[in-house]
Amino acid sequence: MTDATDPGTIPAQPARHTSGSLLTASARTKRRNAAEARFKAYGIAAIAIAVLALCFLMSSIVRDGAGAFRQTYASIPVTVSAEVVDPKGNRDPAEMAKVISLSYGKLLDDSLKAWIAAENIRIEGLSDADTKSFFSGEAPARLRNMVLADPELVGQTVEMTALTSSRIDGMFKGRVTEETAALDSKTSVAQFRLAQAMKENGALVTKFNGDFITKPDASDNRAEAAGIGVAILGSFYMMLIVLILALPIGVAASIYLEEFAPKNRLTDVIEVNIANLAAVPSIVFGILGLAAFINFVGLPRSTPVVGGLVLTLMTLPTIIISTRAALKSVPPSIRDAALGVGASRMQTVFHHVLPLAMPGILTGTIIGLAQALGETAPLLLIGMVAFVTTFPAAPPEGFFDPASALPVQVYNWTQRADPAFSERASGAIIVLLIFLLCMNLLAIFLRRRFERRW
Amino acid sequence: MNDMSLVERRLVQDEIKITARDVQVFYGEKHAIKDVNVDILDKTVTAFIGPSGCGKSTFLRCINRMNDTIDICRVEGRIALDGEDIYDRRVDPVQLRAKVGMVFQKPNPFPKSIYDNVAYGPRIHGLARGRAELDEIVEKSLRGAALWNEVKDRLQEPGTGLSGGQQQRLCIARAVATAPEVLLMDEPCSALDPIATSQVEELIDQLRQEFSVVIVTHSMQQAARVSQKTAFFHLGNLVEYGETDDIFTNPQDPRTESYISGRIG
Repeated sequence: MTDATDPGTIPAQPARHTSGSLLTASARTKRRNAAEARFKAYGIAAIAIAVLALCFLMSSIVRDGAGAFRQTYASIPVTVSAEVVDPKGNRDPAEMAKVISLSYGKLLDDSLKAWIAAENIRIEGLSDADTKSFFSGEAPARLRNMVLADPELVGQTVEMTALTSSRIDGMFKGRVTEETAALDSKTSVAQFRLAQAMKENGALVTKFNGDFITKPDASDNRAEAAGIGVAILGSFYMMLIVLILALPIGVAASIYLEEFAPKNRLTDVIEVNIANLAAVPSIVFGILGLAAFINFVGLPRSTPVVGGLVLTLMTLPTIIISTRAALKSVPPSIRDAALGVGASRMQTVFHHVLPLAMPGILTGTIIGLAQALGETAPLLLIGMVAFVTTFPAAPPEGFFDPASALPVQVYNWTQRADPAFSERASGAIIVLLIFLLCMNLLAIFLRRRFERRW
Repeated sequence: MNDMSLVERRLVQDEIKITARDVQVFYGEKHAIKDVNVDILDKTVTAFIGPSGCGKSTFLRCINRMNDTIDICRVEGRIALDGEDIYDRRVDPVQLRAKVGMVFQKPNPFPKSIYDNVAYGPRIHGLARGRAELDEIVEKSLRGAALWNEVKDRLQEPGTGLSGGQQQRLCIARAVATAPEVLLMDEPCSALDPIATSQVEELIDQLRQEFSVVIVTHSMQQAARVSQKTAFFHLGNLVEYGETDDIFTNPQDPRTESYISGRIG
């Protein structure tokens, strides 16, 4: 203050804002506004790129995978010849069961030839091999099951919707053309023309493929019969195990660490380790699972129980971190209020803090589960990649039966030669994405539903 | 108004409820409370005044051991409630807090219904044997907190939906419901507007009939209005403790005098 009165030491006045009129923006203001506009443009561009990438991903998956939900069937009358299926003629189920699927294949083949003759369809160069490979290897097996279930059918002519081979199916999904058929050892131009003729005739129908969702995987030569039933069930079992184990363990650990544990070096170390655990590559958990659960404990390979345990280890850090964040976000005034009326620490946590943290905990858990659902690498190491065509039993025994998992099934199918499998892989991805979407919607719903304001 | 409260302020009680002897509080290395000796009377409003950071809230939180929740906090000396050392090894702080209720600076009702807010304490302490008895406690507590008439028709509505002043009175009702002997109030009106403040102050004066009330306040006017005894804290020391009238009209210590006349603080 005394300085200011001394004329010798008056400090230089800071430059005044001298733009004058408020109606014209100064150069400085213009620069600032331009910077802000640029920043907004960057942001919009980033979002646009993300949306475009997502659209591209979605459209390519849907384009490739939509075909998996439709399948071509041939609808022709099949004569169940008694000489073939019941050579002894006594309708004894035990005797009939001795007839293998191959003989039923002959039935289908004969019926197709008879139908072609009856409909007066003439295809140049149609060979025996063409009619023989027309149906899926799965079709005779289904016919056999049908006849064994109902011996009345023997000797009759039944209208059957038989699964066609993946090449025939491909002809109606644009995968197989006359040109590619000419070069393909598994089909021929004659077979292609036969299929087209049958389509015009109405004997070939492409309809919704429920079997894709419900049936198990099939061998390399029967792409048309492969489904994701076992994989869905296996994934579901694993999610069940993860939920049962990871939620209580994770929440209990978080509550202890957040509300009870003394803050000392040991808890610091634990905290850092949990954070690090969340960043450990998932394949490492697979190696751990292989060493600990399969080699040491001796649990059976490629079973949901091992997969579930490994995924539990992987999901725990996610759940612990999100639960601790949720507990931290509960205002301390609530704890004070509860302690102030004489609640014990445990009562404070369970009556007040936990209910308020619930939306956060549930969201974290569901996100952790969604992560686990899409995890592939650790499952490869514990043998979930095995070819499994039998459904696991109901839990809890089913947890110890071999099963597949959705992401592993996708991985598995992309390795196979027949292009029909890559279509099915994309179809399985669509199913997986739908599950993930449902889980995320559930998380949003729960958050909205239980969110409390104060 | 001043004359009235002067008349009312005549002390009729001299039964000692809380005794503090040589109390020291440390936050880690920081010596927050130094050598506090004080006798708090039953059925009296005692005000703790002093500038920010002088330790008045810290000392208040020692009385029901709320400081236990802070890891780095360490209390030495002796604080006795009815002659029993509350820092004795055998004392369960949960039991102590049922006897020494607390109302906080910011209204902090549970995000539950008004009824559940008040009923929570009696429930966990098993004070009611049935629904009817619990209803009775809730009504009595809400009446005690001068809130009953405003909320009796909406007891099932969330307590967080009330206005700030109502929320604070709800918190007082919640504290009263556990039938404490001492009620600690940590700046209960600092988040309230003047009208809500005067309602709460009126309430504090009524609470004196049943409890020993200790109130921490930033406002010297408030201390003068509601309390019978006043303690002035400065930099962790209890500078002066005495009749509110004496502190405000005839302070003994120059620091007290500077504070109440507005020269420091």
